[in-house]
Amino acid sequence: MSGTGEWPLFEVFVRGKRGLSHTHVGSLHAPDATMALRNARDLYTRRQEGVSIWVVPSGVITASSPEERDSFFDPAGDKVYRHPTFYEVPEDVEYL
Amino acid sequence: MTEAGSGAATAAGASRHAGRVDPLVVLGLADDALVYAQRLGEWLTRAPEIEEDMALGNIGLDLLGQARGLLTRVGELDGTGRDEDALAFWRDEREFRNVQLVERPRGDFAHEMARLLWFSAHRLERLRQEQQSPDEVVAGVAGKAVKEVAYHRDHATQWVLRLGDGTEESRARMQQALVDVAPYLPELTEDDPVGAPVAREYVEAVLAEAGLGAPPEPRWHARGGRTGIHSEAMGFLLAEMQHLHRTHPGASW
Repeated sequence: MSGTGEWPLFEVFVRGKRGLSHTHVGSLHAPDATMALRNARDLYTRRQEGVSIWVVPSGVITASSPEERDSFFDPAGDKVYRHPTFYEVPEDVEYL
Repeated sequence: MTEAGSGAATAAGASRHAGRVDPLVVLGLADDALVYAQRLGEWLTRAPEIEEDMALGNIGLDLLGQARGLLTRVGELDGTGRDEDALAFWRDEREFRNVQLVERPRGDFAHEMARLLWFSAHRLERLRQEQQSPDEVVAGVAGKAVKEVAYHRDHATQWVLRLGDGTEESRARMQQALVDVAPYLPELTEDDPVGAPVAREYVEAVLAEAGLGAPPEPRWHARGGRTGIHSEAMGFLLAEMQHLHRTHPGASW
C-alpha cells in the first residue's frame, strides 16, 4: 500500500467469451495487481460477463492526447482506398 | 410457531451419512451461512475501500443464497412445512444452530479476515463432504457452494498474507485477531472431525507464509452453538435481522 493511504488505480479488461478480444470495462483501486484481479471479478463479472480478466496499472498506459488528435487521425480521412470497397466478392465465397 | 430442535438434539454431524440426513445438521450448515451473511453485511460502507465493500457484500450474498436453499430444505425435512422466511425470521435465539464464531460482533478488518479464513477453510471441507449427501437437495446446494466458498477462502488468504506481511501495525493487529478468534475454533473442529485437520493444515500454511505465529492454545472455548446456546451478541443480531419481518409479516418487495 502506498504511504498516502490511497490505493493505486488499475484499468480492467474483460473478455466476454472465447474468441473475442478483451474489452476495457472500467477501472478500480486495489493495493496490488493480485487484489485488483479479485476486485475486478467482484465488480465487473457479477452477471457472468466474462471468461477472462486483465488488469493493468493505469500509470503504465501511454495514451494519445486530445491536442494531437488532428495530426493523428485526420490524415486517414480522405484515403478511401484503404477501405476494402473496391473488390467484387465472388458469389461462392461464403464467409468473407 | 413450531419448536425447532427441541427434544433429541443429535450431536452435530453424527448422522450425516447414515442414510437419512438429520434436519438439525442441515440447519447448522444453514444457520452458519445466514448469521455470517448478516455480520458480513455490516461491512457495507465500513470497509477500507469501496472495492472491499463489494467483495465482503458479495461473500455475504453467496452465503445468504446457501442459507436460503438449505433452510427451505430443512422446512421439508423436519416435517414442519416452514419456508425459508419462517425459519430465518420466526425462530428465537435458542433455536439457531450456528457456531458462535459467526455471531461474534464485527471487529476490525483483521478480525474479519481471521474469522473469514478459519470459517471458509472449515466450511469448504464440510461442503465437499456434503456433495455426497444422501439428500439430493443438500448435495446440490453443496456442489454449487463449494466454488463460492473456495473463493471466500482465497479472499481471506490474500488479505491475511498482506496484513501479516505488511506494516508493523498490520502484523500486530492480524496476530491479535488470530488470538481473539482462537477460542471459537474448537466448535468448528468438533463439528467436522474429518475435514477439520485439512482446514487447519491449510490455514497454518497461510499463516506461515504470512510470517504469523500459529494460533495459541486458547484458555477457554466457546461451546454450545450447535445445541442452541449462544453468546450475548446473538440476541442483538437477531433483533436487527428479524424486526422488520416481524413488524410487517408477509411483506414483500
